[in-house]
Amino acid sequence: MLDLQFLIILLFSPLLQGIIKKIKAWSQGRVGAGVLQPYWDLVRLFRKDMVISKTASWVFHAAPFITFLSVLAASMMVPVISVKGTIFGMGDIIALLYTLALGRFFMVLAGLDAGTAFGGEGSSREATVAILVEPMMMLAIFSTAIAGGSTSLSKLALSVDIFHSPAHVLALAAFFVALIAETGRIPVDNPDTHLELTMIHEGMLLEYSGRYLALMEWAHYMKQMLLFTVAIDLFFSYGIAGGGHGFAALSPLYYALKLLFLAAAMAVAESSRAKLRFFQLPSLLGGAFVLSLLSIITVIMLG
Amino acid sequence: MEPGNLFLLSGIGLFIAGTVLFSIAPGRWLNMLYGLFAAGSVLAGLYSLGLIMPSAQPSPVYVFPVSGFLELAFQGNPLSGYFSLLLSVLGAAVSVYSIGYMKGAEGPRFQGIFYGLFLLSLYAVFFSSNIVAFLVAWEAMSLLSFFLVVSDTRDEEAQAAGITYATMTHIGTAFIIAAFMAGYALTGSLDFQGIRAGLAARPEWVRSLLFVLSFIGFGMKAGIVPLHIWLPRAHPAAPSNVSALMSGVMIKAGLYGMIMMGIGVLGGNVAWWGILALVAGGVSSVMGILYALMARDIKRLLAYSSVENIGIMLLGFGASIMFYSFHLPALAGIALAACLCHAMNHAVFKGMLFMGAGSVMHAVHSKNMEEMGGLLKKMPWTGLFFLVGAVSICALPPFNGFVSEWLTFQSLVLGSQTPAAYSKVISLLGGAALALTGAFAAAAFIKAFGISFLGMPRHERAEHAKEAGFPMTAAMGALALLCLLLGVYPGLLLGLISRIPLGGLSAVSPLSFSLAPVSIAGGFSGFWPAAILSAMLLGFLIVFVLIKTAGASKKTVYADSWDCGIRALTPRMQYTATAFTKPVRVIFKSIYLPRREIRISYRQKPFFAREITYRSDITPFIESYIYRPLLSAVHWTAHKIRHLQSGSLHLYLGYIMITLITLLLIWG
Repeated sequence: MLDLQFLIILLFSPLLQGIIKKIKAWSQGRVGAGVLQPYWDLVRLFRKDMVISKTASWVFHAAPFITFLSVLAASMMVPVISVKGTIFGMGDIIALLYTLALGRFFMVLAGLDAGTAFGGEGSSREATVAILVEPMMMLAIFSTAIAGGSTSLSKLALSVDIFHSPAHVLALAAFFVALIAETGRIPVDNPDTHLELTMIHEGMLLEYSGRYLALMEWAHYMKQMLLFTVAIDLFFSYGIAGGGHGFAALSPLYYALKLLFLAAAMAVAESSRAKLRFFQLPSLLGGAFVLSLLSIITVIMLG
Repeated sequence: MEPGNLFLLSGIGLFIAGTVLFSIAPGRWLNMLYGLFAAGSVLAGLYSLGLIMPSAQPSPVYVFPVSGFLELAFQGNPLSGYFSLLLSVLGAAVSVYSIGYMKGAEGPRFQGIFYGLFLLSLYAVFFSSNIVAFLVAWEAMSLLSFFLVVSDTRDEEAQAAGITYATMTHIGTAFIIAAFMAGYALTGSLDFQGIRAGLAARPEWVRSLLFVLSFIGFGMKAGIVPLHIWLPRAHPAAPSNVSALMSGVMIKAGLYGMIMMGIGVLGGNVAWWGILALVAGGVSSVMGILYALMARDIKRLLAYSSVENIGIMLLGFGASIMFYSFHLPALAGIALAACLCHAMNHAVFKGMLFMGAGSVMHAVHSKNMEEMGGLLKKMPWTGLFFLVGAVSICALPPFNGFVSEWLTFQSLVLGSQTPAAYSKVISLLGGAALALTGAFAAAAFIKAFGISFLGMPRHERAEHAKEAGFPMTAAMGALALLCLLLGVYPGLLLGLISRIPLGGLSAVSPLSFSLAPVSIAGGFSGFWPAAILSAMLLGFLIVFVLIKTAGASKKTVYADSWDCGIRALTPRMQYTATAFTKPVRVIFKSIYLPRREIRISYRQKPFFAREITYRSDITPFIESYIYRPLLSAVHWTAHKIRHLQSGSLHLYLGYIMITLITLLLIWG
């Protein structure tokens, strides 16, 4: 029963990262690195020696594995190009999010393990952002779950096709903000910085090097693609194999196009904004929380 | 005699033998006597299992006449069997832990006797089948735990906490007595079954009154907000083995009371009772975890997190009543299963966490997390088990917390299938509260583990910490394994829960589960924790082999942490627990109302400071804005009434005369 859709996420997630970077570069008037650059980065990191802090305990060694594997396990729960056969037929969205949270839990702990202020700072901020993002994301998902009558991703993907109800529009807006926050992008976090004052994700990973860093980075790419895929399943699943529309054989094409669209939207959103000061985040994320709350109320009132 | 009853009687016998031996045995061997309590718990646990099993005959009633028509009656049923199983699991582990923990403790005889009796009184609460027995057991439980809380006579904070606890718990008991007396007055029966039968014909408002009274009374013991203020004081003040029992089991006695009264006796079929419980649950879970996040005292953090978890259980309980009142018994079953499942899971991991905190306190002689740090290297086993507990309580798969939290989420989302708009909105807001709680809990327990166990030691004593002894780590290890087992095979626990009938309500009925996967009938959803775990294990093997073969020639260098070139990172430069939560304190300042006080004394103003004192604290919202005004109102009234008591004989004679005349005017 276990099918291999998740390999798509495992193998193509660095490519998606490369594409986003490329579009970002274009929209900022740069040429940018090739779309395959993230692959080369990973290969380079896997080939390097590691430097590990003497202060660090076994948690520091375990965290890259647990982070990577939790994202991998979560990838198995999501319908990528076909609604059939996600992890033994059970792709539950709540289980998916909490499996991802397991990875984050250990990543944040690893930030505290080396005993530096940078790591602690990154961890503290990541935990705070999670507090603001998770409920909002969960509410947006509840709203789609009520509309679709299930929390199983396959069922939800079958029930949507293309978002059409006002509740879905609101939920999508909230979910998009959650995507930005969860993937560590501007205006929440800056993925390209190593400046102490602004970094969140990079701060936690500061002590990592070599293959551990490669695992962490790869996990981050996968998480990004995974969440994009969840967004596709929840809001525009049109053309997914096993659904009512389109040819099953074309579903990879549909999927690729939808990913490209999301990648472009993300790149443009990132280029057109400045990073927010950390304590201005609540207004952005709180706003999205209100959107998802409205979405819930809409779905209750209208249907 | 039936084997089941033999288990019960010999279990009780062991408890009594234990308490007696505590008063006469030689001092050196006292801590070993906790082994008797462990054995007694195991036997009582076997009896409890028998109560839940389907083939069980109606269990025998044990009646002890007191005087006239007053009698103490005890009878087990599946629900009480489940709760006493919960008690037995934790009681056995904590008793084994106590063998190590109480070694060389002060006042060992007193501690041991009260500990044993406390366990017994908890069993009595779960097994009592009439009002009198219940109240006696309840009061014994409260008093014995009070004495254990104040057992450290030199700790003034513990003494104050004890007073708060005693006051609050007795106010709660008053409400319970009121509810029970009303039940007796209306039906003429002392027996819970009799009251149930007698009340069935009564109008709804009578039952509602009883529900509210018992909800407040039991809610006080369960620690729901705003009745919780004693809990974060009393639980940390007790010795850690007792804290584990108080947070792991005693608050569930409150929950048991609510379920037994609310659903078992009163029928549980009025929608707004469910709404009340849902609102109380949502508020408790969010407020509890908000304050847990800010705690610097590791046991206080755990105690506040108990408030949060009782809130999660109430979400399930409330949803269950709400569904039942809308004639959706299938959904009510899922919600009640979520509640019961979380009660057991919470007992397992919270007990373990309190034991871990106790081991840490033994090692570093402080409850303050700012004085710990780096303990994982000094106490590897305690650290590992504390981490397992932290992961479980944050509801991360594949550990047990996730199973019950997933079920709670499902029942709240299914709230959208109720007919009324208000119930839909409330249950989804409950879902939002639960989601918020999840993220906060992760932050709180990352802090609890990360600040205490990771990084560099922040204090000399943490540097010289030693691992806890074998019985202590063994007890924690057993519970850690249980966390994993119940997480990977949720069917073990759900199978038990499915056998608990409650009035017309059977928990779990539409939940289909085999040993490993769980799913909700009608295809709403499902998940399979064993598959998640095995996928991760398989993935680990592959990644590990890949890394080992690809990176075989690569070196790993151990060096200092990156220090920006200053060459001397000190423990004081690490993030502290206070610093870790600073962003949250700033963002939620309208709830926390943080206070900050900086005092600088100068040698030469303004450049040469002699001393800078910095104090930062948060204002406990509920204490300051509900209890303090209430207390001052009571004081004010008392002050005014005092004028009546002038001490003058003439005035008192005047009072008597006025009273007489008034009485004569009324009845004359």
